[in-house]
Amino acid sequence: MSEPPADTSPSPDAEFEAPIRVVLAKLGLDGHDRGLKVVARTLRDAGMEVIYLGLRQTTDSIVAACEQEDADVIGLSMHNAGHLTLAPRMLQAVDQAGLDVPVVIGGIVPADDVSTLIDSGVAAVIGPGTSAEEVVSAVKAAVDRQPDAQ
Amino acid sequence: MVESMSGIPLDPFYGDELEPGEYPYTRGLFSTGYRSKLWTMRMFAGFGTATDTNARFHALLRAGGTGLSTAFDMPTLMGRDSDHGWAIGEVGRAGVAVDTLADMEDLFAGIELDKVTTSMTINGPAAIAMAMYVAVAEKNGVGRANLGGTIQNDILKEYQAQKEYIFPPRPSVRLVTDLVRFTTAEMPRWHPVSISGYHIREAGSTAAQELAFTLANGFAYVEAAVAAGLDVDDFAPRLSFFFNAHSDFFEEVGKYRAARRIWATWMRDRYGATNPKSLMCRFHTQTAGVSLTAQQPENNIARVAIQALSAVLGGTQSLHTDSYDEALALPTEKAARIALRTQQIVAHETGAASVVDPLGGAPFVEWITDEMERQADEIFDHIDQLGNGSMLEGVYAGIEDGYFVGEIADAAYRFEREVNAGRRIIVGVNEFTEGDDDEASLLSVGHETEELQLKRLEKVRGERDNDAVGASLAALVEAAGQPDLNLMPPIIDAVRTYATEGEIVAALETVFGTYVENAVV
Repeated sequence: MSEPPADTSPSPDAEFEAPIRVVLAKLGLDGHDRGLKVVARTLRDAGMEVIYLGLRQTTDSIVAACEQEDADVIGLSMHNAGHLTLAPRMLQAVDQAGLDVPVVIGGIVPADDVSTLIDSGVAAVIGPGTSAEEVVSAVKAAVDRQPDAQ
Repeated sequence: MVESMSGIPLDPFYGDELEPGEYPYTRGLFSTGYRSKLWTMRMFAGFGTATDTNARFHALLRAGGTGLSTAFDMPTLMGRDSDHGWAIGEVGRAGVAVDTLADMEDLFAGIELDKVTTSMTINGPAAIAMAMYVAVAEKNGVGRANLGGTIQNDILKEYQAQKEYIFPPRPSVRLVTDLVRFTTAEMPRWHPVSISGYHIREAGSTAAQELAFTLANGFAYVEAAVAAGLDVDDFAPRLSFFFNAHSDFFEEVGKYRAARRIWATWMRDRYGATNPKSLMCRFHTQTAGVSLTAQQPENNIARVAIQALSAVLGGTQSLHTDSYDEALALPTEKAARIALRTQQIVAHETGAASVVDPLGGAPFVEWITDEMERQADEIFDHIDQLGNGSMLEGVYAGIEDGYFVGEIADAAYRFEREVNAGRRIIVGVNEFTEGDDDEASLLSVGHETEELQLKRLEKVRGERDNDAVGASLAALVEAAGQPDLNLMPPIIDAVRTYATEGEIVAALETVFGTYVENAVV
């Protein structure tokens, strides 16, 4: 009953530059992983290297994965209204580790909180109903925005 | 005499082949349907401290309610105390925080537990929540035999879909079975497991997968309880189910009808049940949270109404309708009221409750019911083979080899690709998108709860007899090492010393271990 992804070929850009390496994780106790798994396949189909950490991660485990995997961007999925507490902790942990890795957040974030998160340094917030193309371009834009991006 | 709006007298049901109330119950469990008893409008709610939720319970009871439904917060559902590192930002947010018996005492203060029924939606630490409920009742002079209600206690779907697991599958199923044995012997009014497809569907499965995985889990619990020495007819009448009501109307109706037929057939023919109540698939339904859109959220009211109607025409015993703003946040009071009103409109204005199984006999409805059953049968065959003739072993194997999560993720991705390619229209999301700009007013929960709860926990830890706590936890660890012992009594002993949920879980983890999912995409 499983169906192979319809499009596994890398995007044209990928022939000329190293693929974007993205770490995807759920931070804390929130177990809603449907969206994150769809995003993982979407980014992989767009030619990115996806390091899928899955559930029950901590800021430390995510930072460690970024260092080990030389990640270009972190994608966090949040559905439990903990984003205003957890996102700043993630940014701080990335900073303290001396990493220049942008953080993109997906999931359920009320509009008022989106600007708070962006102001605090989150690169992008991707809400429900976002198309695959928009997800891919948000991640690409987040990586390009880093000052020392290759 | 029941009449249509125009005064036409209506029979309780129509058609003369299979009648509602007849085995295998495809057309419904009872010949009188909602005429004798309307479905229960059981709305799931709760957040903040135990005291906050207790005030809500009292308000509900004053308003004429007789049933309570408890939502716990994430740390409680995961068996972690409010001061655990993982709990930061989550205490009291999506439900009520319960760390010790003291919180459970506050939660049910002033409520006559022999007069109400309580539903507790909790799985990994279900045995601990059950123990606390029993301890509170007995402290208030109500014997456990007089307690009525339901605890979800369905751990298998946690590994497959909802992911709120603590221990590995086998010791977790032992805890489920211990609770079933305990209530079967001592709490005849209690429903010890609510076998839930809701979360499987929300995680992305198809309707047939929801049907098949859920019933397979049900068969697995039956096999586990029989293996523990129970007679199938002793506990099966107290099992119940929980399904999703999604948007494809006729497919959903077919799913409910197929569920009743499959359960009855398997319970009689494979598990040898003879009590008609053992054969009856009773179920609660909730509309599909995942179908709600953040765009043009008011459109969700229409979605919920149609989904609710499918559950009612499919014969549900109880129903929760989602609020239109739930793709954005926890519901506001107004949104929750509209959701309840939607059920009341279906119940009292549409005539949907007048006639049992009014869609039965329609060629398409009968065909899609058969098709749901056929697809479910294919899945049962696969699971049965995985388990070499045991559904319980098959479910364990499917959890271990990633079968369930893989099937669900494939179906979810297929759906998203269809939406993305425009082959499937979601109104307001990928078509008819003008009018997206309105801002909804949303509920937000503050940080005060977390601070209050942390102080509360510190106070309880400071006032209790720590030697008694230690002794009770040591006795629990000792009992956990002996698979034949029922763990409910030592867990009740432990909660009575005000051992925290997290301490009890940690004690059990020393014997059972901790489950870590093999993350696959």
